[in-house]
Amino acid sequence: MVGRLMPESASLQAVLTDRIFIGLTIASALILALVVGLLLVFAIRFRRGSKADRHPLPEIVSREFEIGWTAATIFLFVFIFWWAASAEIGAYSVPPNAIEIHVVAKQWMWKVQGSNGAREINELHVPVNAPVKLIMTSQDVIHSFFVPAFRLKRDVLPDQQTEAWFQATKTGTFHLLCTEYCGTDHARMLGRVIVMEPEAYARWLSAQPEGDDLAHQGERLFSERGCAGCHAPGSAVHAPSLAGIWERPVPLEGGRFATADAAYLRDSILQPGRDVVAGYAPVMPSYAGLLDDGEIQAITAYIRALGSEPGVVRALGTPDLRSNVPGGVRERSPAMVPGAPVLDQPGPGVRP
Amino acid sequence: MSTTAGTTASPTGLADPDELDLRLPVSYLADGHSVRSWLLTTDHKRIAILYAITITVFFFIGGAAATLVRLELATPEADVLRADTYNKLFTLHGVVMVWFFLIPSIPNTLGNFLVPLMIGARDVAYPKLNLISWYLNLGGGLLAVAALLAGGVDTGWTFYVPYSTVFSNTWVSLTVLGVFTTGFSSIATGVNFIGTVHLLRAPGMTWFRLPLFVWAMYTTSLMFVLATPVLAVTLLLVFAERTFGLPIFDPARGGDPILFQHLFWFYSHPAVYIMVLPAMGVVSELITCFSRRKVFGYTFMVYALVAIAVIGFFTWGHHMFTSGMSPYAALVFSFLSFIVAVPSAIKVFNWTGTLYRGQVGFESPMLYALGFVGLFTLGGLTGLFLASIPVDVHVQDTYFVVAHFHYIMVGASVSAYFGGLHFWWPKITGRTYPETWARFAAILMFFGFNLTFFPQFIAGYLGMPRRYHVYPPEFQIWNVLSSAGAAVLAAAYLMPLGYLTWSLLFGERAGNNPWDASGLEWRTSSPPPRRNFFGSPRVQGGPYNYHPEGVAPVHDQPRLPSRGSLT
Repeated sequence: MVGRLMPESASLQAVLTDRIFIGLTIASALILALVVGLLLVFAIRFRRGSKADRHPLPEIVSREFEIGWTAATIFLFVFIFWWAASAEIGAYSVPPNAIEIHVVAKQWMWKVQGSNGAREINELHVPVNAPVKLIMTSQDVIHSFFVPAFRLKRDVLPDQQTEAWFQATKTGTFHLLCTEYCGTDHARMLGRVIVMEPEAYARWLSAQPEGDDLAHQGERLFSERGCAGCHAPGSAVHAPSLAGIWERPVPLEGGRFATADAAYLRDSILQPGRDVVAGYAPVMPSYAGLLDDGEIQAITAYIRALGSEPGVVRALGTPDLRSNVPGGVRERSPAMVPGAPVLDQPGPGVRP
Repeated sequence: MSTTAGTTASPTGLADPDELDLRLPVSYLADGHSVRSWLLTTDHKRIAILYAITITVFFFIGGAAATLVRLELATPEADVLRADTYNKLFTLHGVVMVWFFLIPSIPNTLGNFLVPLMIGARDVAYPKLNLISWYLNLGGGLLAVAALLAGGVDTGWTFYVPYSTVFSNTWVSLTVLGVFTTGFSSIATGVNFIGTVHLLRAPGMTWFRLPLFVWAMYTTSLMFVLATPVLAVTLLLVFAERTFGLPIFDPARGGDPILFQHLFWFYSHPAVYIMVLPAMGVVSELITCFSRRKVFGYTFMVYALVAIAVIGFFTWGHHMFTSGMSPYAALVFSFLSFIVAVPSAIKVFNWTGTLYRGQVGFESPMLYALGFVGLFTLGGLTGLFLASIPVDVHVQDTYFVVAHFHYIMVGASVSAYFGGLHFWWPKITGRTYPETWARFAAILMFFGFNLTFFPQFIAGYLGMPRRYHVYPPEFQIWNVLSSAGAAVLAAAYLMPLGYLTWSLLFGERAGNNPWDASGLEWRTSSPPPRRNFFGSPRVQGGPYNYHPEGVAPVHDQPRLPSRGSLT
């Protein structure tokens, strides 16, 4: 165990992070050796009573030294900044075909649900070599989702959504730890990330108990909680249609635009009077307290499933363009795991 | 800066002999023995002693909590403490060590004692405010201790919302009020030092003749005054949300918990520099004295202090890289965090350069100072890891961060505090201490510290999160090493308590200038009289006039009797 000085490296990000870490370690070791070496050499050579040469230094030498090592330090530090920052910028954008996983953290457990409907607690099964996007929120305090083997960490905030993504490169079981102090059992808020071969993952997925996927739950909620009464096409109440708005700009009162992303939809559900769509009256009541975080995620998933092309109303059940693991249980087959061709035309299982 | 001033002045002239009054008054320690003469004193030196007593008590309270924490972490299982007790102990450790030990440590003890002496003043600019600041610090400390006795607080010293405002059922409000109160003591001290340095410098003590310790205290004071009010506001908002239910940070009512983090770190990142700038000041004095050399690059040292104080205000965001901030904001904070490391690096090179062609002695204060440079360099370099966003994302809130800030705040600042305490001990108390014990403690502290905290870098990169009272068993080896180091460190910290107490009671009388140091504080008796100086000091040269050949500084005034104790 003592021999293991580096954590296991099991994601694309881990390679990048380790490269910077090792580079910094080497640079730091050299600087530390230089400083400690000079301290020791000077302290011993110029110890009190030694016969070393002690003629005063000319003033100019001192100034040139100062300017020299200031410039060298700035150059070195800015170089390291550039190196680390460029690695980071490259890692920001989520691949468009990432599997979406919704994470809800609460004291002291992780609830995980794939957009394909698989629900887990304190465990997360993912296929190897496929990008996975996490959409996370907390039901109580701030938590932080940390998988050391992936060099992945992102805080999970109450009433807000944060996102992160990773692509595992090794199969195995890895620690999932909470790293934002969250109360009594913070240290026991642990989970496992299980990375599987695509075939094994597909078998695991089809063995999960039947349950609607998130978008279908959202569709049900959409009618049960009365959203459809106003927002369905052809409704008597004058309310904006939600089809095809996902991640598109929405004109607001006063000439501003908002992007219809998860945060905007969440705000519009909880504080509908805040950013009213241009041309509509602020008549919608707030759903704060009526919908919990999981339900809001479900409705958001439903609106997202309605697509992002104005005019093209995508029916629910159409495999999403952005996900390689489509829909309900009956649609799952090993062919639909990541890497399989994206089903872009409505298939046989499409609802009207 | 010139040492070849006019014909009447001696080469290193500090004071005019004619103005010196040799009727020696009693020392400040002998000037009144009643409790009242201590508790109502406005003498900056006595207030420094009051502070020294309170921070020592708090240091050992915080240390006891850390001891229990390390004891629990020796095994992966919970075998000594329950989860809640553990959480309360690390919170207590953090709160007490940060606000009741580290922040007041060097500024309020050594700073209070030395700033007026070093600039040739009779007291600080606002002596009553100085006394009030001690009572504020004590009052805040008592509130925090009351919270501890009432049942403790479990939020961590960072008081992150919404845990602290909505979810914690412990004594958060009382603790927050304690920290709020003690914040005003920092502000009062800051105002006082700024006033003192601006108004009370002796004739001839120009800005660029100030000792680096005074510069360090001045820049620290600016940070006290600018940063601490933000902490006060933040904690007041936490208090208001908890007590009166005002919706400020609670996300369920439209508040923003990230706002709290911005406000908190806007104070708490500069607070790290509040803890380390005074340490840099102390070490600059020690290294130049025990190398018998003028400090290398004095003006650069001054500019570096000012640069750290200014840039240090704009780097707080690097505490929040994982909280979902905009990637562009993260890049800006990352860049500034690299830039703030440059002046620190310059200081390290200058300390090293000061040794060159010196006459280096290895008395105990110098051992602490050399230890400081090593530990500060390692702490500073690991700061670069944390400024690099991808690495920070991995090690944020792990033991890597814990190790990093302990290297800066304990390894560096506490070493410097002990170094300064030993260096000025003869001046403060008029007694000498047993040098062999002091050297042994300094060396033990250095090795104990590294044994405690270096393994935490490894545990942190391996992924061990902080604030865990149980942990996956593969991290045990590093925790055992760390706990073993903590035992050594505890012994090393207890040793000065023993031999310095012995010195107070039985130590030999110290000379007025036992180290042959330059600087006005050595131009008066040990301990100094109530009014600090016998005459009116007049400064005619820059600081650190150590002869390049290693001779003691030339004394340009009648020598005080070398054993001139006046008590």
